[in-house]
Amino acid sequence: MGVASFEETTGPGDIRRLMVRGRLTIANINEVVAPIRAIPPSGSALAIDLSGIERIDTSGAWLIHRLVSDWTAAGTAVTVENASDDATKLIAEVAANDVPVAIRPPPENIALLRLERIGRSIISATDDIGSFLAFLGHTMVVLGQTVIGRRPLRWNALIHQCEAIGVNALGIVGVLLFLVGLVVAQQGAVQLRAFGAEVFVVNLIGRSTARELGVLLTAIMVAGRSSSAFAAQIGSMKLNEEIDAMSIIGMSAIEVLVIPRVLGMALMMLLLGFFGVTMAILGGGLFCWVSLSIPPISFVQRLQEVTPMSDLVIGMIKAPVFGLIIAMMGCFQGTQVRGNAESVGTHTTKAVVQSIFLVIVLDAFFAVFFSALGYN
Amino acid sequence: MATNLLSPRLPDDADAVIRVRGLRNQFGDQVVHDNLDLDVRRGEILGVVGGSGTGKSVLMRSIIGLQMPAAGHIEVLGTDAMNLAPEAAKDLRRRWGVLFQEGALFSSLTVAENIEVPMREFLDLPDALMDELAGFKVAMVGLPHDAGPKFPSQLSGGMKKRAGLARALSLDPQLLFLDEPTAGLDPISAAGFDELIKVLKQTLGFTVFLITHDLDTLHAICDRVAVLADGKVLAVGTIAELLTFDHPWVREYFTGPRGRAATESVGRAAESTALHMEEG
Repeated sequence: MGVASFEETTGPGDIRRLMVRGRLTIANINEVVAPIRAIPPSGSALAIDLSGIERIDTSGAWLIHRLVSDWTAAGTAVTVENASDDATKLIAEVAANDVPVAIRPPPENIALLRLERIGRSIISATDDIGSFLAFLGHTMVVLGQTVIGRRPLRWNALIHQCEAIGVNALGIVGVLLFLVGLVVAQQGAVQLRAFGAEVFVVNLIGRSTARELGVLLTAIMVAGRSSSAFAAQIGSMKLNEEIDAMSIIGMSAIEVLVIPRVLGMALMMLLLGFFGVTMAILGGGLFCWVSLSIPPISFVQRLQEVTPMSDLVIGMIKAPVFGLIIAMMGCFQGTQVRGNAESVGTHTTKAVVQSIFLVIVLDAFFAVFFSALGYN
Repeated sequence: MATNLLSPRLPDDADAVIRVRGLRNQFGDQVVHDNLDLDVRRGEILGVVGGSGTGKSVLMRSIIGLQMPAAGHIEVLGTDAMNLAPEAAKDLRRRWGVLFQEGALFSSLTVAENIEVPMREFLDLPDALMDELAGFKVAMVGLPHDAGPKFPSQLSGGMKKRAGLARALSLDPQLLFLDEPTAGLDPISAAGFDELIKVLKQTLGFTVFLITHDLDTLHAICDRVAVLADGKVLAVGTIAELLTFDHPWVREYFTGPRGRAATESVGRAAESTALHMEEG
């Protein structure tokens, strides 16, 4: 048996009577709402008898109140009988608060909504590009001023960033690139074996890792690690009004926060890139030694013969540029944080996705550029 | 054991909704509460005061189960709140509402959706009915009629607290926890919020556990005040009773410049009401 129930009777003179029993609370209200509301308002009068109510809360009071107002609106005189003091008080309270209230945003035309969303995203994308260019320019100006000595360089922050970006990433970058070198060698060996040209695996490892894979994969790893960290750090500082506090004190956020990160990242990408290439070659060399019986000494000798110095130089030119773009994208997304914690999450994600995207686009650009210069 | 006037313990036969005994909380070496006792009587508004760092919020978090105490016993609404089966814990949570300091509204949901969250979680009600219930709750806590579809980021601090209160009241709790409800509000909004809690408590009949720094709130709505210091509840009583309590912090708190000002303003308000009544 339900804990809330009702009974409806029609007496003489078309006077209807509604007896409500049990616990009229939010946990049980659903059992009686639909059937009670399904009774079509009719008759000259309705008496709602609450003598059987064990407990009532605001939802129960709301049900009674709506019943009274709906039936009254339909032209029936409604009385509430035998209500306890509490029930009377609750019904009066909810009645006082029965005002038209908006619950959901007004429904809109879906096609228009879709169009509006497309329009908005185009505008915000253009805005993003504009603000990123402005940020890039601003950072470059401050960087230039720092280089010519018109602004102080925050050495402590720089060293701290170098540790966070570079030293702390040595483990993960090292393992990752070592494995990549190993896999490239192994896959290359399988293919080259068909031609009996397994020794060319050394060429494959040397040229692909020094020029492309080593630096690119390091950059992607660093973008995932540090670009997100920059966006989250600067974003939460912004939410916490720390950036505002800085500018009020007269410190430039670009000088204090962005420059050490950008410089640290450029420097560390150079070193990490080199480290990554070395680890990849180590991994490849190990595979050659163990699996193809090419002793380390021959591996190094052949590596020297087939890998032009320009490959390593090109890789090392790209690394700091990737570093700059990763750091700037991370810091930029941090400065774009507005409003709430959710925004920090959105911009952190954007920082990672866009910096990896830019790194790969730039890499393609470099490939075309250096081929055009004749370095194949 | 004899219970004196200001004891944090009520007699054993008293109708207490919260009963805390021998509570101990510590973080590392730092002991926040040590052998803390507290009773909250059914239907009262209990104000909890104490200096910063005396563990008012930690006490509340212990009672509502967000902080596991190192030792002690906590009983809420007649059930042992510390050793609960998951089902019983869920059942207990239905019967209380909590208003966190900043409202703690879910930022990805609108105000109306926030109010409907507990209903969706615990009950199976049709959407239309939930909208109706959320609608009068929006009006009841004094939010403007267009606040329902707004997101928390579009609300002012005071409105966020009102929306948080509406969510806390969503399931008509028997017990309401308020963590500094008037902190950060302007005096007019703060007075309005005090009045709102008082009126709602009178009509809906819940018990309130209220943490506050606001002396005006204490004077305006609290039936009893618990003073937290030295890791314990030092004393519980009405403000008049606490004025007789001999402890440096308590004396400084109630008779310092701010304490006096609040007492005087209450006195003036009482006088003017008396005057009006005489005139009437």
